[in-house]
Amino acid sequence: MSHFSSALTRTAAALAVGAGLAWGTAAHAADTIKVGILHSLSGTMAISETTLKDVMLMLIEQQNEAGGVLGKQLEAVVVDPASDWPLFAEKARELISNDKVAVVFGCWTSVSRKSVLPVFEELNSLLFYPVQYEGEESSKNVFYTGAAPNQQAVPAVDYLMKEAEVERWVLAGTDYVYPRTTNKILEAYLKAKGVAEEDIMINYTPFGHSDWQTIVASIKEFASAGKKTAVVSTINGDANVPFYKELANQGIKAEDIPVVAFSVGEEELAGLDTAPLVGHLAAWNYFQSVESDENDAFVEAWKAYTKNPDRVSNDPMEAHVIGFKMWVQAVEKAGTTDTDAVADAMIGISVPNLSGGTATMMPNHHLTKPVLIGEVQDDGQFEIVWETPGTVVGDAWSDYLPGSKDLISDWRKPMSCGNFNVATGKCGGQGE
Amino acid sequence: MTSTGISRLFPAVLAVIILALASVAPVAAAEADLAPLVQEFSNRKYDPKVEAIEKLGASGDMRAVAILKALGNRDLYTMKSGDRVVLARETADGMAISDPVTGEDLGTVPEKALQKIRLNNRMRRTISAAIGTLTLMSPDAAIRGDAAESIFLSRDDDDLEVLDAALAKETDPDVKLLMEQARAAIVLENGSPDEDLIAAIAVVKSRGDRDALSVLTGLANGEGPVAEAAKEAVTGIENRLELWGAAQNVFYGLSLGSVLLLAAIGLAITFGVMGVINMAHGEMIMIGAYVTFMVQELIRTSAPWLFDYSLFIALPLAFLIAGLIGMAIEHGVIRFLYGRPLETLLATWGISLILQQAVRTIFGPTNREVGTPDWMSGFFKLGELTLTYNRVYILFFSFAVLALLMLVMRYTAFGLQMRAVTQNRPMAGSMGIRTGWVDKLTFGLGSGIAGIAGVALSQIDNVSPNLGQSYIIDSFMVVVFGGVGNLWGTLVGAMTLGVANKFLEPYAGAVLAKIFVLVFIILFIQKRPRGLFALKGRAVEQ
Amino acid sequence: MSGLLMRSLDRYAVAFFVLLAAVAILVPLANLTLPAGHPLHVSTYAVALVGKYLCYALLALSVDLIWGYVGILSLGHGAFFALGGYAMGMYLMRQIGTRGVYGHPELPDFMVFLDWKELPWFWHGFDQFWFAMIMVVVVPGLLAFVFGWFAFRSRVTGVYLSIITQALTFALMLAFFRNNMGFGGNNGLTDFKDILGFNLQAGTTRAGLFIASAIALGLGFLICRMLVRSRIGQVLIAIRDAESRTRFLGYRVEAYKVFVFTLSAAMAGVAGALYVPQVGIINPSEFAPANSIEVVIWVAVGGRGTLFGPVIGAVLVNYAKTYFTGALPDAWLFALGGLFVFVTLFLPQGIVGAVRQGWGKVSRRKRSGDEPAKPASQAAE
Repeated sequence: MSHFSSALTRTAAALAVGAGLAWGTAAHAADTIKVGILHSLSGTMAISETTLKDVMLMLIEQQNEAGGVLGKQLEAVVVDPASDWPLFAEKARELISNDKVAVVFGCWTSVSRKSVLPVFEELNSLLFYPVQYEGEESSKNVFYTGAAPNQQAVPAVDYLMKEAEVERWVLAGTDYVYPRTTNKILEAYLKAKGVAEEDIMINYTPFGHSDWQTIVASIKEFASAGKKTAVVSTINGDANVPFYKELANQGIKAEDIPVVAFSVGEEELAGLDTAPLVGHLAAWNYFQSVESDENDAFVEAWKAYTKNPDRVSNDPMEAHVIGFKMWVQAVEKAGTTDTDAVADAMIGISVPNLSGGTATMMPNHHLTKPVLIGEVQDDGQFEIVWETPGTVVGDAWSDYLPGSKDLISDWRKPMSCGNFNVATGKCGGQGE
Repeated sequence: MTSTGISRLFPAVLAVIILALASVAPVAAAEADLAPLVQEFSNRKYDPKVEAIEKLGASGDMRAVAILKALGNRDLYTMKSGDRVVLARETADGMAISDPVTGEDLGTVPEKALQKIRLNNRMRRTISAAIGTLTLMSPDAAIRGDAAESIFLSRDDDDLEVLDAALAKETDPDVKLLMEQARAAIVLENGSPDEDLIAAIAVVKSRGDRDALSVLTGLANGEGPVAEAAKEAVTGIENRLELWGAAQNVFYGLSLGSVLLLAAIGLAITFGVMGVINMAHGEMIMIGAYVTFMVQELIRTSAPWLFDYSLFIALPLAFLIAGLIGMAIEHGVIRFLYGRPLETLLATWGISLILQQAVRTIFGPTNREVGTPDWMSGFFKLGELTLTYNRVYILFFSFAVLALLMLVMRYTAFGLQMRAVTQNRPMAGSMGIRTGWVDKLTFGLGSGIAGIAGVALSQIDNVSPNLGQSYIIDSFMVVVFGGVGNLWGTLVGAMTLGVANKFLEPYAGAVLAKIFVLVFIILFIQKRPRGLFALKGRAVEQ
Repeated sequence: MSGLLMRSLDRYAVAFFVLLAAVAILVPLANLTLPAGHPLHVSTYAVALVGKYLCYALLALSVDLIWGYVGILSLGHGAFFALGGYAMGMYLMRQIGTRGVYGHPELPDFMVFLDWKELPWFWHGFDQFWFAMIMVVVVPGLLAFVFGWFAFRSRVTGVYLSIITQALTFALMLAFFRNNMGFGGNNGLTDFKDILGFNLQAGTTRAGLFIASAIALGLGFLICRMLVRSRIGQVLIAIRDAESRTRFLGYRVEAYKVFVFTLSAAMAGVAGALYVPQVGIINPSEFAPANSIEVVIWVAVGGRGTLFGPVIGAVLVNYAKTYFTGALPDAWLFALGGLFVFVTLFLPQGIVGAVRQGWGKVSRRKRSGDEPAKPASQAAE
């Protein structure tokens, strides 16, 4: 029997490690308000997301210096979901149910948002999602502070059509949901504007694609049909540097074939020598080169916070700035950090954005944003060459997709529905 | 700036220019005409700026060339007080400004007093067309040729007159041909009697390249003799280009192969020869790339004139640093694991995580900029082949590295010892070879080669902590496909996979092409379970 | 058969089962019955987490079966895990019905907004639970059978085999990333609502899945244990230690290998199927070669060829990951990488091996060498 019990203790020691955490952490006394930060600090997405973690830490520090929220100090809880999508869901649950955070700022890729979405809905907590995305979603628990396709892609194409007289289009993207959806929308949009089928070329590449020789050559070939051609690029993160290097080396100049990108900002250009890329375009709702007092103050604070005078700012950072300011205001307005109260208070809140205007949270949990088109300069910044006269309201459900053209989202009472079908008058997609 | 602003300013500017002219020398009266055009650049809207560029181009005044070039290079600024357009150059104590038309020195002002003149793509296009028009009469034949090319691309019928005048005077046959082609393109673009068009089609067809195609394709869509002629010309050019296209694909394939080869050679040593499943191989490549970054960073801050040589400085450094790190890894971990290859997988995986995170901590998670020296930028044409310099250099570089490695293995004492130790360790030891030391050097060699591969790959890929991860799987595929322990196999394997991938890509797309190549490897290994060039004999049975 | 069962259930195995049963009963019980403030209350977070570890443990067990006992190092076992997961994911997707954001009665959301008109053929049948469950085992099993049949018959061994398994999972990852494949591309399958009519977010459903995972792990362990203690197990170990000799003795090495490889893949598929409803998402990054390498590392950390080892390794490494990513978000890779190096250098037999050695020394001193013959699994190390 002693053998048995000793074997038992040994195996127990091993399994207890797993079971041990079952009786996890007890809740702390809440004299601070906790803010969760759910951005990958390692793995493939660390390249983009680490910066957003730093921005959040800076904003929280600033808010604490200004007296915190509701008289309490804010406390940042940082975790690393490591670019691993199931781990995002696990970490979200950890933040909400173990750390008891009042709100989470985080995620970058669509898949990470999709992964955490059920967790936020189940545990009824709030997520601020700061990246431009494909739309086709509106959750009660998520505030989308990045651009929907109609706040980025469609105006950019309009610009090229009108100002650069582009008639032939290459839609090049990484093969995942954001480019697929954006290109579907753009294709429908271009056809509605009278562009012929054969004047649209669509190309998809895998993540991290690094050998662009063939594709750049085929773009050149496509462009030699006597019509002004432009490339609309939804190429993601890592693949952009080799893509632009190949463009530069094959001598494609912006004057001949302009490339307008939706995922290339100041951070991505920081890894490139931009001299050969001058004139290529990007469409965002914010550029570091925007001229406004708010932006000057933010950029200065950011450089001081990171102790790096060359540190750049970009669009998703602005989205977090706006989102954070809104959350602070909503909490002050609601007088509590309770999810439902804050979510109700969020709608209609306006805060100054960094480009000199105001951002308002709409009932569909999307923002009003100006659309800016910038041309790449040799110093890695963008020169703003065009902007919308006012702000554009983010559209959760695209009008150009057959599945979603009848859907609207309105989280105000009494409708409180993320996918209301105006044709059938019912909440819940196509009804039935 | 509004137009009333301009008109208010205009007299003042004129006065300055007249004063300047009076003080320097009374030249031609036409000179005074440029100044108001240049002053138009202070406008914030693009339309008047574009108009001013066109007028400068039409002026026929050679001084406009320098002004337009300065504008294109973004050396033109407006003074924040007074909106005067000036040419500015950076100096130690601020911006040295001068008048763009007269060249008069206007002193030095702080950078904050100036505002760069904004450009957009339309302006850039107009500038190069205007410079083309202006330089058609240049004494230099090469410049005239470029000018004719830019007119060919812009096809602006305002240029027809200038072009005809230039053609009449042209003596150089090559340039003359280019001018005729440009003229034909203008004719085709702007409509003429049919016989002129058909003649023009023949002239443009003689170019036989993509630019010719883009002129002709539009015409080929209609009916009638012109469209027929255009159609025929288009098919002719397309057939010709198709052949070149195949050759181009071979080049792309070899180029991709050379990247695979570079990434895999180091692994062919550490994995192929030593049998270490070296998961940290990719991180050695990454270290090489970061060494390049550091070298360039040092050069940028302390010796900018060295920039074109930065890669040559980085190569030995990358070899040494990656090699030393490799030797340290061998000394600290790998040497305890010989004969247990699968455990090296575990340990090197751990090391690769540590190295990645170390780089992330030191250099930050974002991409770092590694510049391309001038001699590696751009492309040249070989017939209709577009060969980019960086790819061509990398292709030759990969061969050179492989050749050098083979020489070292075959003809040096170290190479001999290395082969002896890997073939029969106890025997080599009893012959007096310090096997431990040879192992260390071999692992260092493999890591060092990965380091220099990193220098080359920094020219075409991201320099980020993830760099190594994107090459590790491909490298293993290449080594295994070629046959473990055989450098020729690595060469043939890399090139085969590269060319196969590039020939599949146009039909299947980039993703499917890669999948097909992987499936091909799986099937090939069934046929030849030890790769393309299998080692024979008992050594295999391990 | 019962003799084999008895032989398989030595005191260590019994201890293992007792512990597993305790975890399977106590954890959900403490979650469901004790109030949230109670010191022994187990949070839902912890239930989900441990449930995930149990699935990983089963996956690690399947790798140990082929690596530890037959010497086949698969660097692509994540592929079988993910295929099982996708089969379950497809069932869960179909269960959503009209509750998707577009409310389409048949097509999953990702198909609606990419404008698919009808369900691809391979999605049919997955609305039936039994069909999906068969597919969970059959798809990975069949792939492993075909792959193994070719590879083992061609006598692809050692690192060559490891690398082509890696090529297999890499190719599958790229394929599943393609949106045209009809598996949701990069986003994969997500937003599940319920399983067999039970709400996936309900505590009782979670408890059920947790218990199912524990049972699956226990069954997997028992099957592996019986297999390696049987005659077949002896042949497998012979193959691992001297493949050519075993073949010369007249055994059909390929047949044994294909059998075990297929069994192991099916186990991995079951692990994947249990994993998906508990984490709520399945996407192509599960096919990533790095994931498969990690599984091998769990096995090595725990102790290869021990069956206890992979279970311990999977739980331990993943717990370390969970803990470090929260506690040291900026430096956890140093800790994890360091752990791997440490284990290889100082615990070459893994944790179980080290404990056994340490234990062996102590008990030898205690009983001065009168220990009976070692059980086969220990001799096999």
